[in-house]
Amino acid sequence: MTQQLLLYPLLFQLFLSILLMFFWKKIETQKIISIVGGFIGVFLSALLFYKVWHYGTQTVQAANWEAPYGITFVADTLSATLVLLTAIAGMAVSFFSAASVIPARLRFGYFPIYHFLLLGLTGAFLTGDIFNLYVWFEIIIISSFVLITLGGEKAQIEGAVKYFTLNILASIIFLTAIAVLYGLAGSLNMADLAVLVPQLKNRHLVEVTAILFLVGFGIKSAVFPLYFWLPASYHTPPSAVAAIFGGLLTKVGVYALIRIFSLIFLDNEFLNDLLIVIAVLTLFSGAIGALVQKNVRKIFSYLIICHIGFMIGGLGMFTKVALAGMVFYLIHDIMVKTNLFMISGLIYRIKGTNNVKLLGDLYDKYPKLSLLMFIPLLSLIGVPPFSGFWPKVSLIIATLNEKNYVLLGAIILGSLLTLLVVAKLWSEVFWKKGEELPVRKHFLYFKQMDKARKFQFLAPIVMLAGVSLYIGFGAEHMQQLSNRIASELINNQQYIDAVMPQNN
Amino acid sequence: MKTLILRTASNYLLPILLLFSIFILLRGHYLPGGGFVGGLIASIAFVLHAFANGLKDTKKLLKFHPGFLMPIGLAVSFLAGLLPVIGFDEPFMTGLWMHDTIPVLGALGTAMFFDIGVYIVVQGVTLTIIFTISESA
Repeated sequence: MTQQLLLYPLLFQLFLSILLMFFWKKIETQKIISIVGGFIGVFLSALLFYKVWHYGTQTVQAANWEAPYGITFVADTLSATLVLLTAIAGMAVSFFSAASVIPARLRFGYFPIYHFLLLGLTGAFLTGDIFNLYVWFEIIIISSFVLITLGGEKAQIEGAVKYFTLNILASIIFLTAIAVLYGLAGSLNMADLAVLVPQLKNRHLVEVTAILFLVGFGIKSAVFPLYFWLPASYHTPPSAVAAIFGGLLTKVGVYALIRIFSLIFLDNEFLNDLLIVIAVLTLFSGAIGALVQKNVRKIFSYLIICHIGFMIGGLGMFTKVALAGMVFYLIHDIMVKTNLFMISGLIYRIKGTNNVKLLGDLYDKYPKLSLLMFIPLLSLIGVPPFSGFWPKVSLIIATLNEKNYVLLGAIILGSLLTLLVVAKLWSEVFWKKGEELPVRKHFLYFKQMDKARKFQFLAPIVMLAGVSLYIGFGAEHMQQLSNRIASELINNQQYIDAVMPQNN
Repeated sequence: MKTLILRTASNYLLPILLLFSIFILLRGHYLPGGGFVGGLIASIAFVLHAFANGLKDTKKLLKFHPGFLMPIGLAVSFLAGLLPVIGFDEPFMTGLWMHDTIPVLGALGTAMFFDIGVYIVVQGVTLTIIFTISESA
């Protein structure tokens, strides 16, 4: 039974969505199943993480077909960590959805689709087969498309069209890249590819394939010239949906980039430089975009883009310190971004709008809540000792070691601009004397909610803020974890050996 | 399209098409066919019935909303994949086969139940889509 522990987080999400489909009409039951399921999901993922941490990389050959031919599921430390984070963010957002999403949306299968999305995310993190990765990406796209359109408001549909067009384009490019790679190397198993691709003679075609992958995953992770779909769509769906999108969807793209560039396309000067250029431009454009926006959620959307730059930059340098910084940033970012979008939902419930111009005196009316919201904002900026600070230290050390002063400047500027954006947000939304907003009819304000509902609203935010605090104050553990992941990424032989032990 | 010929024919075609879809489903392991095609053929049978007799009659015939077939089919496929994990400590989706063959059906394995699940899901999805479109049209 424990041999297949690796698949349990995956299978459990599938089980949950099937179970939820049986209760299609019973929303209250769905809420309970989703929340309880979230807890069990965290438990299973934690078990997997524990096992990977103590016994090394785990693999399962699906349907018992041997490695290069069948589909392999692999959990190395990076995958296990991300699965655990997905489960934690997933549980928090289940909680938050139950409180914040209106019943009209829940009636059309919100929860089953939501768990299909988590299934896709978990699958993408666990698979060791590049075509299977494509399949998981499709599951993510389809379920996210349903979630983003659920409710059918005009703005939602508009955002969804942009979202869907660019993401389906990304999938086509990704699929083309897989086809070319398969034509070149004759295998789809990532560990097998890691052995085969370096031996290929046609280096130029290999580079072109790498760029195709970069474009495909680049659209998904919203890097510099390819990010336009993200701010156009993330402010339209309910904030619970935006939370899981903002926290995890772009990070799957980053994860795929990490996998591809740490296993298959190694040590290519041109590609590394390209990644660094992209990182610098992403940091810039995201931060500048966030400065000029007037909608809380749009500001957060641009900040997502900005902070993807830190990770891409770390990947581009590809030294152990840089990779450790990148992984640490990834861990911190998933928790913080999920939390920020939930906070935007909370602000919306309190005031009935997300427009920065109209918002004001939150600190005056809700001082405790404001302090709660202050924690993820501080983590986001990276004020020491909050969680955003430590990965940036690693990244900056890495740029100094590499003498890459352009990236160093971009990282510092990106952090400063983030500080500026958050300071502006804080003074506008929390400190400014706000005007009296017209009271909206048929709108459930936060202060009208009963105790249980308020608890459901605040519990996930408190929980994720707690996780962020732990990441910040327990930075030593996180640093150990990131260092281990970084050394696994640099020394990819252990991944190959775990998938194909018969090669030795 | 309520013509007498189509209506009479559809009454006979419905069971024949359903039998044919099951035949396609079962031969699918080694030969062309399988759950997906079988499911499509089965839903064609109901669509034809709906064309001839109207949507209301077909719904009455089905007794429940076809969307309900989706979770059932998914559950069947899921359990077929899960059985080797729970019972035999083999990886997910490993094919388990019975030792002795059964007359008519041949060797029984989890692969067949997986395909039956697909058959049901495809039927559920297709019928839901078509019914929704023709209801709103």
